[in-house]
Amino acid sequence: MTSIDIALGGRPVVARRSNPGRDVAAIAGRALRRVPRELETVIPPIFIALFFFIVNIGTLQHLTQSHIKGFDIKSFMLPTAILLGVTGISRAGSLVIDIQSGYLDRLLLTPVRRVAILLGHLVADVAIATALMVPIVGLALGLGVRFQAGPLGVLVFLVLGCAWSLAFAAFGYAIALKTGNPAAVNSSFLLFFPFLFMTSSYVPKEQLSGWLAAVATWNPVTYILEGLRSLVSTGWSAAALGEALLAIAGVGVVSFALCFAALRGRLRRG
Amino acid sequence: MNYSFLPEQASGPSAIMTKGLVRRFGDKAAVDGVDLDIRRGEIYGFLGPNGAGKSTTVRVLCTLLTPTSGQAFVAGHDVAREPEQVRLRIGVALQEAALDAKQTGLQLLRLQGRLYGLSRPEIAARLEALSQLIDIGDAIGKPIETYSGGMKRRLDLAAALVHSPEVLFLDEPTTGLDPVSRARMWEEVRRLNSELGMTIFLTTQYLEEADELAGRVGIIDHGRIVAEGTPAELKRRVGNDVIVARLARRDDAALEVVRDLPGVRGAEFHGDELLVSADDGAATIGPVAVALATVSQVRTLTLRTPTLDDVFLELTGNRMESDRSPQPRADARELTEVMK
Repeated sequence: MTSIDIALGGRPVVARRSNPGRDVAAIAGRALRRVPRELETVIPPIFIALFFFIVNIGTLQHLTQSHIKGFDIKSFMLPTAILLGVTGISRAGSLVIDIQSGYLDRLLLTPVRRVAILLGHLVADVAIATALMVPIVGLALGLGVRFQAGPLGVLVFLVLGCAWSLAFAAFGYAIALKTGNPAAVNSSFLLFFPFLFMTSSYVPKEQLSGWLAAVATWNPVTYILEGLRSLVSTGWSAAALGEALLAIAGVGVVSFALCFAALRGRLRRG
Repeated sequence: MNYSFLPEQASGPSAIMTKGLVRRFGDKAAVDGVDLDIRRGEIYGFLGPNGAGKSTTVRVLCTLLTPTSGQAFVAGHDVAREPEQVRLRIGVALQEAALDAKQTGLQLLRLQGRLYGLSRPEIAARLEALSQLIDIGDAIGKPIETYSGGMKRRLDLAAALVHSPEVLFLDEPTTGLDPVSRARMWEEVRRLNSELGMTIFLTTQYLEEADELAGRVGIIDHGRIVAEGTPAELKRRVGNDVIVARLARRDDAALEVVRDLPGVRGAEFHGDELLVSADDGAATIGPVAVALATVSQVRTLTLRTPTLDDVFLELTGNRMESDRSPQPRADARELTEVMK
C-alpha cells in the first residue's frame, strides 16, 4: 500500500485496463446519460417521422387506394417513416463538444481503448434508434398495419432499421472526428436528402420514371425500403432481405472506413 | 514556504526523463530537443511564455502526441512504445478543465474510475477519499455546468487523481482563476507533494507560481530548455539585486555610466526601463543614481530582488507575458522605492 493510498482512504487501488466490453459499456452509458439533457437532438427526428407518416397517409390514402388495387398506404409508408426517424440519429454532435471542450483528451488520457470511444457512442445510437422506432411501429400497429412476417418480422424490421441508422451515423462521426466542427457535423444532414428522397420513399419503385428511376436503382436506400416493406406487406422474402442487408453493409463499409480513418487521423494529430 | 522535495531529497529512478525530445508540426518544431530528468517526489516547474512549447511537451509526455524524435520515459515507461503503461501511471489536469458540462461531478468521477478498471467498491472508496482531499462538497452531485471556475479546476484535479497516479501533470492549473481559487490550488498541489510524495510536473506562465511551488524550474523558450535549476539558483544568475531605473528618455550613455560602477554585474534597457543587476543593491543604488543623473533625468529608481522574469529576460531578451496573473507578483511586495 502506498502513501497515496493510505492518505486517500486506506484501500490500495491499482489502475488497470478494463475489458473491451466494459470500456464500450462505460462510454455508451455516458452517451445515453446525456440524452435527457439534450432532448433537442432526439425529439425532432421522431416528430418528423410521425408527422410525415400521418400526413402522407392522410394525403395519399384515397388517391393510392382508388388507383392501385390492394395497395395499403399505411404499410407502404411505415418503412419510410422509420428511415426518416433513424437516418442521422447519432451522438456525433456530442463528440464534437467533447473535442472542443477537451473532454475527448481526458478520455484519451485513460487506458480506454480508442476504438471503444467510437463504439460506445455507436452503441448508444443503436439504443436511441430503437427507442425512436418503437412509437412509430406502435402507431402503425394502432392504425391497423399488420406485419405479414409476423412478430419475428417486427424484430427483424427493427434490427434492419438499427443497422441502417448505425451505417449512416458513422458518416457523422467521420465528419466530427475529421473537423471537430459542429457546423460541419450538422451539414452531414445534407446527405440525408439524396439518400431518402431519390428513392421509392413515396411511390413504389416501378412507378418511378426517368432520371429518378435510374438514381433510385443505385440508391442503397431503395433496397432497404424494399426489404422493410417485404416484412410488412408480403412476408419473408430472402431476396428482398438479402438486398437490404447488402445495401446496409455497402454503406456501412464506406462510412466506417471513413470513420476509423478520421479517428486515426485525430489520434495522430493529438 | 516551499514544501516540495528538493532534488537531493528525492530518491529512486527518474519519474520523467527525456532525451532530445522533438515534436514538429510541419516545419515548425514546437519542442526542439528537450532533455529532462525529474526525480520521483519532485515538483518541477516548467516555465515559459505562450507558445514556448510547454503544453506540447506535456501532451507528448502524457501520450496525447507522439514524439517526432528523441525519447521520453514517464514512470519508467516509454511514451511512444508503452503508452498504455504510461496512462495507467499518470494523472493529468490539462490547461482548460477538460470536463463534460452535462454530467454531474459524481458521474464524471465514477466514469473516470471505470475507465481505469476500478471496481465499484474501489471507485466508491476513492470518491469518498477524494471528496475530502479536493473538498468539492455537495456540488459533486450537481451538473458541472453549474460549477464556478475554481470548482471545475478542483473537479478536474480530482478526476486526475481517481486512480492514484504516480506522476501528476498540471498544465497551467491556475490560469484564469481568481486569487482565492488560485491560492487554494497551490495549497492542494503542495499537499499532494508533501503528504503523498507525488511527483508533480507543473507548467505555468506565472513566475511566482513556479517560484512558490517548484523545487526545480525549467525555462523553455522556442521549444528549447534555456535554463534549469532551483528558483534560487536561477535568480542568482542575474545577481542578488536588481535596480530598475525609469529615465526621461532612453539614452545609451546611461548604460555606459553605470556598467563600470563597482558592484554592477550588468545593465540593459528593456523598453523604457534600465535594469541594473548588482551584487549588493543597497550599496550600489546610490552610485547608480548619481551616475545616471549626469546623463539623464531619472524619474524613478527602485530596488528589488531578482525574479524568474529577470532570469527569463536575461536568457531570452524578452519578458514573459504573464500580465493575466490574477494577483500581484510576490516580488512586488519587496519593492523598495528609493527615489522619485
